[in-house]
Amino acid sequence: MKEKAKILDEEGINRAIMRISHEIIEKNKGAAGLCVVGIRNRGVYIAQRVAACIKKIEGGNVLTGALDITLYRDDLALASGQPLVRKTEIDFDINDKNLVLVDDVLYTGRTIRAALDALIDFGRPKSIQLAVLVDRGHRELPIRADFVGKNIPTSNKESVEVRLAEFDGRDEVLIAEKE
Amino acid sequence: MAWTKKDLLGLEYLTEDEITLILDTAESFKEVSTREIKKVPALRGKTAVNLFYEPSTRTRVSFEVAAKRLSADVINIASETSSVRKGETLIDTGKNIQALKADIIIMRHNCSGAANMLARSLDISVVNAGDGWHEHPTQALLDIFTLREKLGKIKGLNVAIVGDIAHSRVARSNIWGLTKLGANVILCAPKMLLPVGIELTGAKTSSNIDEVLKQADAVNVLRMQFERDEGAAFPEQLDYFKKFGITEERLAKAKKDIVVMHPGPINRGIEMSSNVADGANSVILEQVTNGIAVRMAVLFLVAQAKDARK
Repeated sequence: MKEKAKILDEEGINRAIMRISHEIIEKNKGAAGLCVVGIRNRGVYIAQRVAACIKKIEGGNVLTGALDITLYRDDLALASGQPLVRKTEIDFDINDKNLVLVDDVLYTGRTIRAALDALIDFGRPKSIQLAVLVDRGHRELPIRADFVGKNIPTSNKESVEVRLAEFDGRDEVLIAEKE
Repeated sequence: MAWTKKDLLGLEYLTEDEITLILDTAESFKEVSTREIKKVPALRGKTAVNLFYEPSTRTRVSFEVAAKRLSADVINIASETSSVRKGETLIDTGKNIQALKADIIIMRHNCSGAANMLARSLDISVVNAGDGWHEHPTQALLDIFTLREKLGKIKGLNVAIVGDIAHSRVARSNIWGLTKLGANVILCAPKMLLPVGIELTGAKTSSNIDEVLKQADAVNVLRMQFERDEGAAFPEQLDYFKKFGITEERLAKAKKDIVVMHPGPINRGIEMSSNVADGANSVILEQVTNGIAVRMAVLFLVAQAKDARK
């Protein structure tokens, strides 16, 4: 993997998350009945940051959860290396909530398709909205994000690397060339 | 760390990392059984066959529940009602199940090594649900999983296994698993029920239950299989309870937080008193719940490994 360009630094990521949080509050007319669920791994940390931002702006409590979509993948039966099954932690009732699903990068849309299937097994939220830090295009399914930190046009040969302090020790978003 | 084995035959054949991977995966699967909709699509379109040559309810049902929570289709074959009665060999039965395009055979057999033989003869996955006196890997995995959950670790723990060690596949699998993960295993039984040479596995032996309980962080109490009574080797039931039965009086002298396990079904008043079985130290019903998560993890991993080979 060859690094090509840094798209966002720590401040850039913070600003994007702050803006997304404001947009979420605006669209939902406040934070009542709102919950934020991140997709493992990095989506979980972004979800926690978004929830903290919303709390700071609106006060009150915002429920957060973590979703592992491995068991819902559409390529599970294909020989694509063995994925590790991680924990799903949604310790609250999602019925009738406005649920914001959070991931780091939106690409083919297949992860989100799996996440939607997984969420429906937990109940029937009033709405599911999608927030991503980066939308890099190349959708293979009819899925779009409601809240986007940054749109980055990419080619399929490139990869988008999101690094977060909680998981990787530092905050940055890079474009790299696959070798 | 990726799982690459198409079968689960025994803990003797696994590395420490492989055992840990199963336990970690089971931890993730445990949550599924707490949902309102207790089902994930991971093994959708796969067929699991329960092939049981010995009567079993709890293990068979646990595997069936595990497979169904993964969305696999489950078929139960009991030897009493199958062609086995007409003289079909085990390998022929296995090849017929394979020809039905099943993906996993979960087998309980009275002969030690039966699962190993079947796994060698077939391309589909074989999961050993107990073979003779050899191994019962998923029972040991769920015991170890429960212990790890209760005490936070396995390494360095003193684990006592009490009862009929000689005839117990549960004991053998536990010895392999626990010693590989760094626990100290003490086997406690009347001398007649301690097989010669069992110390070679790294486990210690004793016939003094009170001494053993003093050091133990956990005690796994095996079922006395009186239905297999072969006469001389078996102690009288009441005599056994007096000398080896786990009672409140005995536990009072043990570590306060000692974990009491039993693979079930319990003979109350023989291996342990009712007060102990239902007491604060007992995790017997948690073992049953954890058994589903562990079996889900095993079925998922072997099915994935088999797919990866294609």
